[in-house]
Amino acid sequence: MSLLNSYRVCPGHWTLGPDIKGVWSRCLTPEDHHDTQVLMMPEMLLSHIDLSLRFLPMLCGVTAQMLEEGSTLLRRMEICVAEAEKRNGKNTVNMQETFTVYLVETRPMDAVAEGRNQAPDSLWRRYSEFELLRNYLLVTYPYIVVPPLPEKRAEFVWHKLSADNMDPDFVERRRVGLENFLLRVASHPVLSNDKILHHFLIEEHGWKEVVYETGFQAKADSRLRALSATFRVRNPDKRFMEMKHYSDELQSHTSQLLRARARVADRLYGVYKVHGNYGRVFSEWSAMEKEMGDGLQSAGHHMDAYAASIDDILEEEEHYADQLKEYLFYAEALRAVCRKHELTQFEFEMASQELVSKKQQHEELSTGIVRTFSFKGMTNKLFGQEAPEQREARLKLLEDLIAEGEEDVQEKTVECGEHVERAWVDMHRFKEQKDKDLREALINYAVMQISMCKKGIQMWSNAKECFLKM
Amino acid sequence: MSVGAPRSLASSGQKPIAEILHPLSAAEEQLSVTVGGDKEAGLTNGTPVETSSPASTSSLLNRLQLDDDLEADIRDPYAEAAETRDLFVTVDDPKKHVSTMETYITYRVSTKTSRVEFDLPEYCVRRRYQDFDWLRIKLEDSQPTHLIPPLPEKFVMKGVVDRFSEDFVETRMKALDKFLKRVADHPVLSFNPHLNTFLTTKDLNKRQGLALLSKVGESVKHVAGGYKLRARPAEFGAMGEYLDTFNQKLGTIDRIAQRILKEQSEYLTELREYGTVYSSWAGSEDELRRPLEGVGGCVTTCCGALEDLGDGMSQDILPVLREYVLYIESMKSVLRKRDQSQAEYEGRLEAAVLRKQEDRTPMPLEVEKCQDKVECFNADLKADWERWQSNKRHDFKQLLTGMADKNINHYEKCQAAWESLITLLQDKQTEDKTSETN
Repeated sequence: MSLLNSYRVCPGHWTLGPDIKGVWSRCLTPEDHHDTQVLMMPEMLLSHIDLSLRFLPMLCGVTAQMLEEGSTLLRRMEICVAEAEKRNGKNTVNMQETFTVYLVETRPMDAVAEGRNQAPDSLWRRYSEFELLRNYLLVTYPYIVVPPLPEKRAEFVWHKLSADNMDPDFVERRRVGLENFLLRVASHPVLSNDKILHHFLIEEHGWKEVVYETGFQAKADSRLRALSATFRVRNPDKRFMEMKHYSDELQSHTSQLLRARARVADRLYGVYKVHGNYGRVFSEWSAMEKEMGDGLQSAGHHMDAYAASIDDILEEEEHYADQLKEYLFYAEALRAVCRKHELTQFEFEMASQELVSKKQQHEELSTGIVRTFSFKGMTNKLFGQEAPEQREARLKLLEDLIAEGEEDVQEKTVECGEHVERAWVDMHRFKEQKDKDLREALINYAVMQISMCKKGIQMWSNAKECFLKM
Repeated sequence: MSVGAPRSLASSGQKPIAEILHPLSAAEEQLSVTVGGDKEAGLTNGTPVETSSPASTSSLLNRLQLDDDLEADIRDPYAEAAETRDLFVTVDDPKKHVSTMETYITYRVSTKTSRVEFDLPEYCVRRRYQDFDWLRIKLEDSQPTHLIPPLPEKFVMKGVVDRFSEDFVETRMKALDKFLKRVADHPVLSFNPHLNTFLTTKDLNKRQGLALLSKVGESVKHVAGGYKLRARPAEFGAMGEYLDTFNQKLGTIDRIAQRILKEQSEYLTELREYGTVYSSWAGSEDELRRPLEGVGGCVTTCCGALEDLGDGMSQDILPVLREYVLYIESMKSVLRKRDQSQAEYEGRLEAAVLRKQEDRTPMPLEVEKCQDKVECFNADLKADWERWQSNKRHDFKQLLTGMADKNINHYEKCQAAWESLITLLQDKQTEDKTSETN
């Protein structure tokens, strides 16, 4: 409850209130862990997910959406990814493999509201099933910036971090990332209503078949088609082009930042660890001193503690990196929406062009005036006009094609227009979410830095006291 | 003590260091003879120190009773010296001199004193490194039984180190200041007339003196050579061992400090790059521009603080560590000299005893002189050792707390930067809030 008091609730907005420093320092104390378990808000109940401080910003982003219009899934259901387990099983080619499964727990919101301590429903899902869900969403909602999954393989690692997918730290971070994905999807005004999503959360068996039955894979745009559209489209919406450019920038900057941060972490690790050598040499030296011995010995212990402190510091920072990664992947989702626009626009242009060409042919045929060069026109000139029956047949055919063409153009116009409209709404929503989330991530990072400085001061002050006693 | 040494000539060698007090500050029967008597043999020329020599038995007893206090004082000369110090020296104000023949740096040496040995209460002279070197050689040769503090390195490789860079001059000047202060604080060395000359004479005409003295120095070494030491008294052996181990530890600490500097410098490089990424990202954002620029700015501030830390370490910490290595070298050479004089004495004694047994000639004077020399040497050395240990403790306490302070200071700067960023962003947030709810 204490945590909530520092949040000011304004309609449509969630922000950290004025006592931000107080909030963070309270969050950092273990006693608050109990408090952070449940955040009660008027009308809204957040899930009792294990709220470590690092995900507060992300959660804040999530809750902002919750207050928007539309009943999002999260309003009605509590969702979390509680655990991860290793399994052995046979894969598609009947070979033994080890993989990790994640426990997805759900609980109806009213149960929580009434305080009923009902056991949650749960089922196990593999990463590949999450991927399948996301791919389905991507195809089905091409005008939505679909939330990304946590990375498949560990990237941007610095030397101490393991690149192994089975590494427990990696699995844990992935668990958190998967939960975050579900929360984002379940709180999205459009995505949260999807039946397949509901199915994913509730029905363990047979879900895959249901997804495949939707035939979404057939609807997926071929890469070739999409690429071709990007190059050949003539009049894409300017805003979308800007947005696409922005997504490139976002991707470039976040990946640069992640790489630079990993290098910095590597170096910082080295600096701290070398100080551990002081611990050893002070200890050895203290053995040969009379009055200086005690002071040196204790100081040495503090140097050891200093060297060891970097491990926790950098582990904490990994969560900041995870937040950046989410937006790195989000940039790609944003670009996908822009590319879809290019595709729909291109197809509209193609259809229009086709229609124009057909109409032109019709006109030429009916009036005999050749406006543009055409082979038929040439042969007519050279070899004379064709027979009137043939001409009539062809005219009829053209008229049919024109009618089809007009329908097609009509369809494509609608498709393109709808996409533009809906995508624009979601891109706007995304931008607001991104600004909020990243701002809070940066503040969070600053808080981490302050904590690191305080620890450093503490350790060196302790060592100094020992030196003074020498 | 070796078995072969005759009992009649006892030496102070058997007792542990802590119990043996300097002949000039406390009394022991054997040593009082030396103090009261001949002052030539290895003792300092000139006036006695402030803790006056025990001329009478009653003052002898007083000395003994004050043992504990004196012991404590010896261990912390700074406490004693602070109250009774009457000679203050400072080295500062480096200036470059360019002449047709050479370019060199001089330093101002200022003296304030109430001692009668000095004509004036204040002096101000300019000295160059050569002059300090001259002083040190003079002190070494005129006070062979004492530990002379070390000077900073004489030779620097041209092309590798810039002899006229601010940092180099600053570091060297601090070391010279330390050297002079240590000499001035020494109860025996500070009364050396060469020091007096160094501090007072306007123009040190030393070239002739230098040439002459170096020859004398050679001859002294020559005489002492050729004698082999039978058995070194345990405490001097312990000193030697301590110095060797301590040297090792210092070497390790120096290496660690260097390694840290290197790692920090590489960290700094990456950190700078890291900061620029934030700034360039800020360029493509609107709402996020301020926070991103803010973070980039903080990172830059931290880079500055880190740079200061590195500079501080290499200017203030590392040179002092290295200087102690030189100090250890000086101490070891004094120990060697002591060994030599003991060896000489033992050799001569043996020869004399043999002759006595043969033709009943009395103990030659030179043997007694040798004994005196050894006794004095041992006593001086022990006192200087105590003083050195005490200095070392004080110096390292200062050094290490200085290092801790620098690190604390660095973190404080960084913390302040990040905290002000949060305040800034927070204010912006409340600003936005009020503007939206309006």
